[in-house]
Amino acid sequence: MSTISRDEVARVAGLARIDLTPAELDRLAGELDVIVQSVARVSEVATPDVPPTSHPLPMTNVFRADVPEPSLPVADILAGAPAAESGRFLVPQILEED
Amino acid sequence: MTAHTTHATGVELVDYDDAVVRFDPVIGIEVHVELGTRTKMFDSAEQVFGAEPNTAVTPVSLGLPGALPVVNGTAVEYALRIGLALNCQIAETCRFARKNYFYPDVPKNFQTSQYDEPIAFEGHLDVELQDGTIFRVEIERAHLEEDAGKNTHVGGVTGRIHGAEYSLVDYNRAGIPLVEIVTKPITGAGARAPEVASAYVRSLRDIFRTLGVSQARMERGNVRADVNLSLRPTPESPLGTRTETKNVNSFRSVERAVRYEVSRQAAILASGGTVVQETRHWHEDTGITTPGRVKSDAEDYRYFPEPDLVPIAPSREWVEAIRASLPEMPAARRARLQQDWDYSDLEMRDVVNAGAIELVEATIAAGSTPAAARKWWMGELARTAKTTDVELEQLPITPAQVGELQALVDAGRINDKLARQVLEGVLAGQGSPEEVLVARGLEVVSDDGVLLAAVDEALAAQPDVAAKVRGGNLGPVGAIIGAVMKATRGQADAARVRELVLERITQS
Repeated sequence: MSTISRDEVARVAGLARIDLTPAELDRLAGELDVIVQSVARVSEVATPDVPPTSHPLPMTNVFRADVPEPSLPVADILAGAPAAESGRFLVPQILEED
Repeated sequence: MTAHTTHATGVELVDYDDAVVRFDPVIGIEVHVELGTRTKMFDSAEQVFGAEPNTAVTPVSLGLPGALPVVNGTAVEYALRIGLALNCQIAETCRFARKNYFYPDVPKNFQTSQYDEPIAFEGHLDVELQDGTIFRVEIERAHLEEDAGKNTHVGGVTGRIHGAEYSLVDYNRAGIPLVEIVTKPITGAGARAPEVASAYVRSLRDIFRTLGVSQARMERGNVRADVNLSLRPTPESPLGTRTETKNVNSFRSVERAVRYEVSRQAAILASGGTVVQETRHWHEDTGITTPGRVKSDAEDYRYFPEPDLVPIAPSREWVEAIRASLPEMPAARRARLQQDWDYSDLEMRDVVNAGAIELVEATIAAGSTPAAARKWWMGELARTAKTTDVELEQLPITPAQVGELQALVDAGRINDKLARQVLEGVLAGQGSPEEVLVARGLEVVSDDGVLLAAVDEALAAQPDVAAKVRGGNLGPVGAIIGAVMKATRGQADAARVRELVLERITQS
């Protein structure tokens, strides 16, 4: 029994702005299901005393001193911009205000 | 019978006073404060305000491939200061998370924030209302995150989104450290909900400044508030559906936005409708809110732990060292100063509400008594500020000058009436009190010879009054004193004039 539905894949793809064909949706639903079930098996093994891991290195408190470094030149910053105006990135009209 | 009015925009509103009789308002406030560190949260780009666009940007600010974030240790310390000042618990360990969404001002396509592991949680802040009532606001959490870049919409009539043809993005602000402070639902405020909301944000602003963690300038957007509001029939009812009004960026606006939402939601509920859970925009000019995005599926941020950063685990030694170094909080300071200055509750409240604490304190430091400092700032100067529509601190006079003015009064060189004229001169930019006094020749006439001549003249000019006084009737003596004061253009000490008049009469 698949736990990842085709609709769910379509929804997540939409959130991530990834355009998928119907064939890709079918294939990914199956593949993602295998991944999710594999992770679920790990969860079965992990007992409550095992803390969740988000980083492979057992380190904490890696801090940087609050000392400024030079900015990139504006020309370099905008070099990869599809369009620019007045030293700023020009983007298409934003439809929704956040 | 509930009074309904229809706003010019066609929105039904219930009169505020009626709305809070019929419904119990519940508020929730999210405050973002930009930390005053030299560099950004995760990269070494300098924090600047008002610089040319995209001149404080590194590959990390832009989220370029391969760029790796590193946490600013000072920002963590500032967040701990805020958490401790708000009586929060500090996490033993906490992580950053990616909040994924697509918007041009977030170049990485995610904001690095904290999700289920905030650095500080479960605190409270006691907020003082205008009448001195203390209202406790429970804090749910305070977490670290980063600011977004700045969009400028081009082509629209108003510079807002609607009608804009395209947008320009400046990433100078992208990555500036923020602490977001979230309250628990604030209940029990009743009709005073707008005042509580505004007083809470003001208290936070004062605390940020006291802690030295931010310039906390509202007009620069250093402190920004999102206001959640819902209504329920009674305080015993479950919470109603809430709206979130974004970017309400002044104390007055916070108060107005809460009032407006109470009136608007009351009208919907009173007519049997349901409030839509949504984000709303605040319009400073018209004092209304309008609908933004409806909260839905689109707001699935797919949070997950940030794999490029290791956890923060503040040692208990570090936390306690910061706690021990916290400065005196504004409320404690007010209580101490009130006692030192021997002000009544009402007197102190007036000084606080006028934003005059620092001014009065500096005036006292300049040698004035607490009573005299209050007299000037809350009297003549408060009136001037009101008539010219400026804040007290914007008046062109320094606390040292007010202290100097009072010293001249104390030395007997000017009386209260002359002091007001000197003050007027100082406010008009004519120099220090001493300079104005000399330039205008306002010094009290203390030369008895000059005064006696004026007394004789007055006695001679009013022989009938003089006769009555000589006969033992001291009632009309005021007429003689008045004449002398007039002759010296108010520059005499009235008590001394009285002495001289009586002396003259008994001699003759």
